Amino acid sequence: MGTEHAHPNPQAHDHHDEHGASHGSMREYVVGFLLSVVLTAIPFWLVMSGAIPDKQTTALVIMAFAVVQIVVHMIYFLHMNTKSENGWTVMALIFTIVLVIITLSGSLWVMFHLNTNMMPMSVHDMGQLP
Amino acid sequence: MTATAHNLDQPKLQAAFYDLNEHDHPEGGSTMLGFWIYLMSDCLIFAMLFAAYGVLGGSLAAGPGPKDLFDLPLVALNTAMLLFSSITYGFAMLAMEKGNKGGTQAWLLVTALFGAAFLFIELYEFSHLIHEGATPMRSGFLTAFFSLVGTHGLHVTFGMIWLFTLVVQVAKKGLIPANKRRLMCLSLFWHFLDVIWIGVFTFVYLMGML
Repeated sequence: MGTEHAHPNPQAHDHHDEHGASHGSMREYVVGFLLSVVLTAIPFWLVMSGAIPDKQTTALVIMAFAVVQIVVHMIYFLHMNTKSENGWTVMALIFTIVLVIITLSGSLWVMFHLNTNMMPMSVHDMGQLP
Repeated sequence: MTATAHNLDQPKLQAAFYDLNEHDHPEGGSTMLGFWIYLMSDCLIFAMLFAAYGVLGGSLAAGPGPKDLFDLPLVALNTAMLLFSSITYGFAMLAMEKGNKGGTQAWLLVTALFGAAFLFIELYEFSHLIHEGATPMRSGFLTAFFSLVGTHGLHVTFGMIWLFTLVVQVAKKGLIPANKRRLMCLSLFWHFLDVIWIGVFTFVYLMGML
């Protein structure tokens, strides 16, 4: 291992910071912005107009739009790439996504089953509580 | 260190794993990675709040539900404000890259304006809800709602404080490397808040109105 930060990507040296964190270009920001506007407008329109009669389908479609928009923000605004900090930012991101999926799905799953499987408590039972 | 002491230490210190000539760590060289890891931990805070909202979102306690409370055109306006502030912050970074001090400050102030508009609309919405009796104490749904959206709003508030601090810093010291680093950290923070807002308007507002 060299003591210098090795850079496989020579373009990273176009910017004077040594870590390859780019600030993007005007084109990148404008493209990201326009994509975000479209990806925000469509879900709002879908919900406000009720274009898809089935609620379940609408929910899935707007969730898909949210995921795409998050990826667009990551690439065009946060300038995520696999090269920055020798890949450690991406590693941290992947680790976080795994934790987020576990917490979200785990919480919803456990609490849903808790709610459906617990015996309903009547007002009479509540009076018996210590 | 004296010459004799140096000679005494010499045999011990020649072990291969002592990195005596430790290479230079440039100031702030690890700041961006550290800040990214902070953002990831912040992401986990929001994941917990989203999970709480997901669990409690249906617990209305016979109180008002999302459909009685939310005003989608207002949320759309709010989203637009945050999106505009994101691109104007991008323009501030581009001006910084060119070494344009005045341009950086101007775009930062425009960003602050959009951020302030976002906060104003959010506080208007909150005050409206509380006025209607939909306080955080009313139901589990409202507790989770105010915790999630309020935490996001609090982040934006602190981002604004940070932003004004940097405008003053840039005015006083110019675009020195330390200030550029700070601006890049705030850039990550600001765009990250926009990413969280995508989750908020999709899962809380849009799915609540379905």
